Amino acid sequence: MDMLEIRDSHVYIGQTYVLKGVSLEVRHGEIVALIGANGAGKTTTLSTISGLTRSRRGKILFRPDPDTTQRDITKAPAEGIVKMGISHCPEGRQVFSDLNVWENLLIGAYLRKDKQAIQSDLQWVCELFPILRDRRRQSAGNLSGGEQMMLAIGRALMSRPRLLLLDEPSLGLAPLLVETIFEMLEQINAQGTTILLVEQNALMALELAQRAYVMETGQITLSGTGMELAENEAVRKAYLGAT
Amino acid sequence: MDGYIAQQLLNGLILGSMYALVAIGFTMIYGIIRLINFAHGDIVMIGAFLTLGLVISGKISFPVIIILVFIGGALMGILIERVAFRPMRGAPQVTGFITSLAISILLQNLGILLLTAQPRNFFCPDYLQTIYHFGPVSLRAIDLGIVVTAVVLMIFLVLLVRFTRLGMAMRATAENLNVARLMGININHTIMLAFAIGSGLAGVAGMMWGGKYGQIDPLLGFVPGLKAFVAAVIGGVGSIPGAMLGGYLLGFGEVLFVGLLPPIYSSYRDAFVFTTLIMILLVLPNGLLGRKTEEKA
Repeated sequence: MDMLEIRDSHVYIGQTYVLKGVSLEVRHGEIVALIGANGAGKTTTLSTISGLTRSRRGKILFRPDPDTTQRDITKAPAEGIVKMGISHCPEGRQVFSDLNVWENLLIGAYLRKDKQAIQSDLQWVCELFPILRDRRRQSAGNLSGGEQMMLAIGRALMSRPRLLLLDEPSLGLAPLLVETIFEMLEQINAQGTTILLVEQNALMALELAQRAYVMETGQITLSGTGMELAENEAVRKAYLGAT
Repeated sequence: MDGYIAQQLLNGLILGSMYALVAIGFTMIYGIIRLINFAHGDIVMIGAFLTLGLVISGKISFPVIIILVFIGGALMGILIERVAFRPMRGAPQVTGFITSLAISILLQNLGILLLTAQPRNFFCPDYLQTIYHFGPVSLRAIDLGIVVTAVVLMIFLVLLVRFTRLGMAMRATAENLNVARLMGININHTIMLAFAIGSGLAGVAGMMWGGKYGQIDPLLGFVPGLKAFVAAVIGGVGSIPGAMLGGYLLGFGEVLFVGLLPPIYSSYRDAFVFTTLIMILLVLPNGLLGRKTEEKA
C-alpha cells in the first residue's frame, strides 16, 4: 500500500491555476523524484502536501507506516502534518538566521517531548553532517550555502519524519557538494526515511530515485522508474541536455 | 549645574523606561506579523484606567496591581488580535495599519463614552509619593518603582525570548512564518503570545504613566504610542533590544533637549523627537540594531 497518495489535486495561488489535477504516489522506503522546468508546480506540490497551500479539489492521503491506517490530510493544519510524520525541507534552505545552529536543529524537534531521543537524534544528525557540530554556536545566517543546506536537512530530520519532502537540495551549490548531499540522502533513505525529492538537476535525481515523475505546467506528464525516465527520449531532450 | 544634569539624566531614565516598555510591544508585534499597530498606545490608556479602578475599588497592594494590570493589558491585546487582526492576516500591510487606526479611534471613543473626557486624578498611596534625596538629585518612590519594575520586566522578557522553547518559537516565527509552521509551531499561538506580552507591558506602562503625571484621560495613549513607535524605529523595528535602546535614547534625548536649552525651546520637544528620527533613519535605514532586510541567496 502507498505511503502517500495525491489524488487529482487542483491548487490555485491567488488567481493562478497552478496544479491542474496532479496525482502521484510514494511507497514506503522509496526515493521518488519530481522533476520539471521552473514554474511547473513542483514546489507547490510539496507545499500542498505539507499544508502550507490548500487544494481546491482533490485528496491527499498519508499512511505513516505500512501497518497503520490511511489518513486524509487534505485539510490538516501544517503543524498537524509535521506531527503525523511528514517533514518539509523548503526551497532555498530557509534556515533561521537569527537562531544558532543548535537552536535550528532543536526547533526541528519542536513538537517532540522525548528529550533523550532528541539528544540521540542530534548526535545522529551530527554524524551525518559533522560540520554542524563544529559550528553549533554560530548563527545560521553566517554559514556558507552548503552548510546551510546541511542544516536545513538536519533540521527537517529532527522531527523524525517517516516521509521527507526535499525541495531542490542542489540549488546554488558546487557540484562536489551536491554529490556529498546526495550521498547523505541515500544514507538517510537507507536508514528508513522515505524521500520525495524535487530537483532541477534531473540527471542526479533520476540516478538516485527508484521512481520519478515529470511535471509540466501543473500536470504530471510522465512517470516511471528513474532508469526508464533517464532513457526516455523526451526527458533526455528536455531535461538532460541531450541533442 | 552638575546636580541639575544628573537630575535631568534621572528624569530621562524614568521617561525612557516607560517608552521602552511600550516600544517593546510595538516591535514584537511588528516583528512577528509586520503590523504597525497604532492601537498599541491605547493599551497604555487602558492600563492606566485599570490601575485607577483597582486602586479605588479595594485595598490591593501595588505589586499585585502590577500583575493584574499586566494580565488585563494582555487580555485586551489578545482580544484585539483575535477580533481585528487575525481576520486581516495575509492582507496587504496597509490594511492592517488602517485596521489598527480604526481600533485606536474605537478605543479612545469608547473611553470617552464610558469614562467621560474629563481628566481624572490618579491616586497613588502615600508611600509611593515619598521623596528621597541622593546628594543633589531627588526622586519619588514611584519613580524608583518605575525604573526597577521596567528593568525587571525587560530582564524577564530577554530571558524568555533567548532561553526558552517558547522564545525560540517566537524568534523563528518572527523570522519566517511559513517555515515556522513547517517546524510544527502553531503560529496562531505564537502571534497571540506576542500580542499578550507586548500589550501586558503597555498596560504596566500605563500604570506608570498615571503615577508619573498624576492625571489620566481616555486620549492619553496617543503620545506614548507615538513616542514608542519612534523609539522602536530608532532601535530597528522588530528588534527587542533595539526597542529598549531606542526607548532610553529617546527618553534621555527628550529630557536633555528640554532641560539644557532655554525654556522657550521646550515646546519644540516633539519636533526634536521627529528630527532625531529622520536623522537616524538617513544614516541607518534599519535603525540602530535592526536586521538587514536583504537575504542571502
